[in-house]
Amino acid sequence: MKTLIIVEHNNDSVKPSTYSTITAASKISDKIDALMIGYNNDSAIDELKKSDHLNKIFNINKKGLENPIAENFSNHILDFLKNNDYSHILSPSSTFGKNLSPKIATELDVQQISDIISIIDSDTFERPIYAGNAIAKVKSLDKIKVLTVRPTCFEPCGLSSNVEVETVMFDNTEVSSVSYVGLDESKSDRPELTSAKVIISGGRGMQNGDNFKLLEGIADKLGAAMGASRAAVDAGFVPNDWQVGQTGKIVAPDLYVAVGISGATQHIAGIKDSKFIASINKDEEAPIFNFSDYGLVADLFEILPELEKKL
Amino acid sequence: MKALVCVKRVIDYNVKIRVKMDKSGVETDNVKMSMNPFDEIAVEEAVKMKESGIINEIIILSIGADTSQETIRTGLAMGGDRGILIKTDGQDLDPLNIGKIIKVVSEKENPDLIILGKQAIDDDCNQTGQILATLLNCHQATFASKVEVNSDKSINVTREVDGGLETIKVSLPCVITTDLRLNEPRYASLPNIMKAKQKKIETLDVNDLSIKLDKRVQTIEVNDPPSRKPGVMVNDVDSLIEKLRNEAKVI
Ligand SMILES: Cc1cc2nc3c(=O)[nH]c(=O)nc-3n(C[C@H](O)[C@H](O)[C@H](O)COP(=O)(O)OP(=O)(O)OC[C@H]3O[C@@H](n4cnc5c(N)ncnc54)[C@H](O)[C@@H]3O)c2cc1C
Repeated sequence: MKTLIIVEHNNDSVKPSTYSTITAASKISDKIDALMIGYNNDSAIDELKKSDHLNKIFNINKKGLENPIAENFSNHILDFLKNNDYSHILSPSSTFGKNLSPKIATELDVQQISDIISIIDSDTFERPIYAGNAIAKVKSLDKIKVLTVRPTCFEPCGLSSNVEVETVMFDNTEVSSVSYVGLDESKSDRPELTSAKVIISGGRGMQNGDNFKLLEGIADKLGAAMGASRAAVDAGFVPNDWQVGQTGKIVAPDLYVAVGISGATQHIAGIKDSKFIASINKDEEAPIFNFSDYGLVADLFEILPELEKKL
Repeated sequence: MKALVCVKRVIDYNVKIRVKMDKSGVETDNVKMSMNPFDEIAVEEAVKMKESGIINEIIILSIGADTSQETIRTGLAMGGDRGILIKTDGQDLDPLNIGKIIKVVSEKENPDLIILGKQAIDDDCNQTGQILATLLNCHQATFASKVEVNSDKSINVTREVDGGLETIKVSLPCVITTDLRLNEPRYASLPNIMKAKQKKIETLDVNDLSIKLDKRVQTIEVNDPPSRKPGVMVNDVDSLIEKLRNEAKVI
């Protein structure tokens, strides 16, 4: 058994989701290689080299591959696999992995298993279905297992190694005609939602985008990332990539603070693995309290300034 | 231009899911079923494109038991022109099989655009669009929050990705999967629901498509998720801070 990890990165640095995927792979076998595809990706390679558990890193560094266009990455991975055999191919279940991994599986004529949360043995895995309201234990009957891994369910691997890197050339592999117009990146000095230790999120109860300032001061004091419910994103209070939940980001901080969020099952799906959940809601019947370690029934507009002051 | 929109019948998103006693799956008897919400967004996008003259025909495709006709009718009432049902005996088909079935339909109908939801809220797989684009060897634009057709018939698609909003330009034919912010699906009006009853739904048996449908993933059992331990209510900000600091030790 031999596992290949598809590395998520932005050429400058490796995304934390990759390190969690490496840990997941280490539970399947101890022969793990990583494949990085990009352009001018030296600093990302330098970071990845430190990863524990890796046997070898293969690097495809080629003009035209600077952005993760699924067609391009998939073509190169398929050509790479012509000379390298793997029993398992793992990607993080981020938008990067979700976009790319099913293409690899399809080219290999295998059925991908999405978003695994635990590994029973080399072909049996658990994954959430119905917004995490049920957990399916599934067995792959395919010869090659193509999996996406839910990063929050696996600790990031250690970074104390110095892994060998081999550059591989695929000059003739096609670069597709999809053109990359641009990335409107949400810039923030706060931690990334999916790897933050503390998150404070606002919902429809915040009433407008300006009121999210009430959360900012608290986030500053706690070093927290900021998130939101779908209702808050749909209403345009905050950017899309703040959405936490079944169809947004899955998070698992030490502390999740939900403010003015009712606790719909689709939202809960994204926060269930948090160590502690605290919520503030003026409705004592709000379902969020059923999932909270600490609940406070109060008007958020009165409570938030007080909370900020006292922290 | 012609659009093929794929819709799935799923347990309504408001229904409380119950795992079956024998762990074979979740309870579906006497449970409200609806069109997968992301597929409603897919239908809406096609209908909007038809209204603005970009598309002239919308085909609504579903794969499932006879009951999936209802889901197709919903799509027709929203503005689809005709339906296709690929009839199965209701068995769960892996996304790869679904992709292979849609491919057969697509090769017969030759749509310029195929629009699907980014994920079905039952199995939460998020795969079918990507599988289909790969099988058809055409471009894919997943998790779309904005679709603009250019005068040269290429399409700019803005995608909801983890780091923000990414825009790519793809050429036709292509597969688009929808994300939540793409549009707000309309409710079908009563006259349109009545009109939809007259629209044609062609039914084909999946066994007549000469595709080898083999099961690659076996469900061993389905369980309830682990429950969170019950929490406590606190009375004021001071006790909240005290708990977070001294009991949970997270701040
Ligand atoms: C296909 C699909 C996918 C979805 N995916 C997601 C997802 O990924 N993430 C997600 O979050 N949702 C998702 N949803 C939406 C979900 O069903 C809920 O509609 C949404 O989570 C509700 O957001 P909310 O709690 O902010 O709003 P509401 O349910 O309207 O709750 C607002 C809360 O604020 C409280 N409140 C109001 N004013 C105050 C005040 N002054 N002080 C204190 N409290 C106050 C109210 O008591 C209420 O509990 C999805 C839905 C569908 C159909």
